Amino acid sequence: MYNLLIGGAAGQGVDTITHVLERFIKHAGCGVFTTRDLMSRIRGGHNFALLRFGQTAPSGHDDRLDGLIALNEETLALHLPSLDPQGFALTGLDSDSQDPRVIKLDSLGIAKSLGNQRAAGSVALGAALKLLGIPFTREAAGPIFARYLKEDLVPVNVQAAQAGHESVSQLKKPLQGPYDGHLLLSGAQALCFGAMAAGLQFYAAYPMSPSTSILEHLAQHAGEVGYLVEQAEDEIAAINMALGASYAGARAMTGTSGGGFSLMVEGLGLAGMGEIPLVVVNAMRPGPATGLPTRTEQSDLRFVISAAQGEFPRMVIALRNHEDAFHQTARAFEMAEKYQIPVILLTDQYLQEATATIPLPNPYHIRQPQPLPPEGKGEYARYRYTKSGISPRILPGDPRGFSAVDSDEHDEQGRIIEDADTRVKMMDKRMGKLALLKKDLQEPEHLGEKEPDILLIGWGSMDGPLREAVDLLNAGEGPRVGALVFGDVWPLPERRLRKYAQQAKQRINVEQNYTGQLAQLIREQTGIAMDASVLKYDGRQLTGAQIADRVTKEAGK
Amino acid sequence: MTQQHIYQTHETAWCPGCGNFGILEALKMALEGLNLDPHDVVILGGIGQAPKTPQYIECNSFCGLHGRAVPPAVAVKMVNLNLKVIINSGDGDSYGEGGNHFLHNIRRNVDIAHFVHDNQLYALTKGQASPTTMEGMVTPVQVEGSMSIPFNPLLVALGTGAGFVARGFSGRPEHLAGLMKRAISYRGYALVDIFQNCVTFNKLNTYAWYNSRVYELDDSHDTSDLAAAMALASQFGEQIPIGVLYEKPQPDYNSRHAQLSSGQVLAGRDNDPEVVARLMRQLV
Ligand SMILES: Cc1ncc(C[n+]2csc(CCOP(=O)(O)OP(=O)(O)O)c2C)c(N)n1
Ligand SMILES: [Mg+2]
Repeated sequence: MYNLLIGGAAGQGVDTITHVLERFIKHAGCGVFTTRDLMSRIRGGHNFALLRFGQTAPSGHDDRLDGLIALNEETLALHLPSLDPQGFALTGLDSDSQDPRVIKLDSLGIAKSLGNQRAAGSVALGAALKLLGIPFTREAAGPIFARYLKEDLVPVNVQAAQAGHESVSQLKKPLQGPYDGHLLLSGAQALCFGAMAAGLQFYAAYPMSPSTSILEHLAQHAGEVGYLVEQAEDEIAAINMALGASYAGARAMTGTSGGGFSLMVEGLGLAGMGEIPLVVVNAMRPGPATGLPTRTEQSDLRFVISAAQGEFPRMVIALRNHEDAFHQTARAFEMAEKYQIPVILLTDQYLQEATATIPLPNPYHIRQPQPLPPEGKGEYARYRYTKSGISPRILPGDPRGFSAVDSDEHDEQGRIIEDADTRVKMMDKRMGKLALLKKDLQEPEHLGEKEPDILLIGWGSMDGPLREAVDLLNAGEGPRVGALVFGDVWPLPERRLRKYAQQAKQRINVEQNYTGQLAQLIREQTGIAMDASVLKYDGRQLTGAQIADRVTKEAGK
Repeated sequence: MTQQHIYQTHETAWCPGCGNFGILEALKMALEGLNLDPHDVVILGGIGQAPKTPQYIECNSFCGLHGRAVPPAVAVKMVNLNLKVIINSGDGDSYGEGGNHFLHNIRRNVDIAHFVHDNQLYALTKGQASPTTMEGMVTPVQVEGSMSIPFNPLLVALGTGAGFVARGFSGRPEHLAGLMKRAISYRGYALVDIFQNCVTFNKLNTYAWYNSRVYELDDSHDTSDLAAAMALASQFGEQIPIGVLYEKPQPDYNSRHAQLSSGQVLAGRDNDPEVVARLMRQLV
């Protein structure tokens, strides 16, 4: 596996170069995992991307570099210390570095001679491909550049890349894998496709990083797929619009980050009280308040589980990786309609923005959930008491009856009530749905040893880093390690947890937050306590190697 | 009336003499006058005394959150343009807690009728000042009298670009029903601010107070004249005009929308998996 960093000032084309490199590398058969500007805006708009690839698809990022494309000196200064002794760093001729790993390339001169000095980045790109043993042909390069550049800029960039490719000789052993036919996409895109496949018809949101990419991706394809995207005046409007759309019979979703979710909380309760199916995405970033807007954290778990006054059934699913994001988003729609509840999808900046290679999902295998139709005769009542607690749901416009929503406590017809009897019956009806929902829960995925000495426990986007950490730890001589990665976090699935937690000698939670929120939840729900924690809250995702190091330090303590 | 009502009404929790009764009566007259099938009508409200209106009339209803009647209302219309979408809500709900939605949905111009029962205070919470409370009015909270400049919903609506702006009075249900019919038939966002006497809490703006001041606009007012409408909207003294102040046809949200202008209904619609598959293949 190789790890490449592409860095430069804003406007030097870091993003485009990264996109093009990813495509070339995938075309050569490698699996890719890229995180973008992990440390951006240190100063002067330093941007960079970390592109990791290999014969098997990487599940997360790493900070030890095999190659560095430094579009400016600052990149070199900042990242050379992380470069492997066998690695390479591509710079311009103007660099005064004496480091033997530095390869000075006249990218600017070559680009100028080709007639466009802004193609300098493509010269470096071509050279990097060659150093990594990745083939270059004009035929393949044209369409790849054309994805990201204006048509008239394609030829000069292809030429520049070719010139770069010819200017150096191969340094690294070429890697090859089965990934050429895979999809290359971000976590946000995977989520969006999952929603489309599940029949999304309405998305309302107010921009907030890192959820904005959902709003943008969905807007981009709205016309073609046929659903509606509306930018709301605020998050309160966004969730209330989504509720109106869902009430009227359009599968609806809204999305935001923690600050916006805070504003949506009352609406979440309305979904619970009104039994209105709804999918709400919370793409987490470090809080509180505005926090670190472009960074990552897993600190909203306890918040979303208990957000809103009163008690009502809800489901919370944490997205673990790109493939999971597709399937779980689709499943969220299914659960929301089946139980007529709000389903919250927890994702985060790390997963939203990272790109990865995944097998092409098949939308024909995804159900587009339908409202439960009324059966039998008799007057229709929206909140009919049933054995399951789930009442048939007709839509406004249906001549069979009237559809009612009431945020006050109500009777079967949806009219305000005050009496104790009806209150108790309605609470029992709504809360009773939880018992059924628990049968639909998915147990956490188990990784590594079947009978581990150390059991690692994580959730959501810690999936990728944990996979790598488990492999690293089990490759050594130390204690045997297994892990459980939770996707469904509320209601909390307990079966597999109880089994493994009992067997293991040591239980360690690995989370991207300060207080160990999953560990708290597990203890509250099951009485199982962790023996140690690996926590991080600096806004930068743990890597597999970092987890392995810290687990080794905690082991046997 | 001898005709059998298609719109059944239910027992209410309003005080005897409440202006809401006149508004409910006018609403029924309007709906029946327009011959609308109650199954195709959705009435939404927020929370308050006025926003209980959807509870009292038999059709589809959505009593959501305080201040939040407008967002679900416009969404219902966006996803199913075959439904008639009406809001009955309070002045506090519409202009106070929901002020941001009021502003931006005038701009959005979705085809809904927004009937604001304007009793110039918060009745459900027992009489505190609302945005339209008159300066100096004493309430249990504004003990020295309300200090803020009263909000003028009609001027704000006109200034923000609303295409239909009217004012009615609960004490003139037949006149009000006429306004409601026009508002419901108007294609786009239509505001009717309705003076509503609150017998329990508003001892200043009583039935008699309104009744002695309101006068019905006649044909001499040109409803396409924005400046004239603004002048009328500013009249709030011994003489207060009721009627349609302004009516201008302008394309509504659905008809301007690239996807909805063809009449597409999203409620009950499924996506074509082939289209989704094609989009994903583009990322291979
Ligand atoms: C979020 C929230 N804040 C406050 C309330 C309490 N509340 C309910 S109705 C209302 C004001 C109602 O005034 P208005 O909309 O004018 O209706 P009216 O009762 O006068 O008809 C308030 C403050 C609430 N239900 N929800
Ligand atoms: Mg009021």
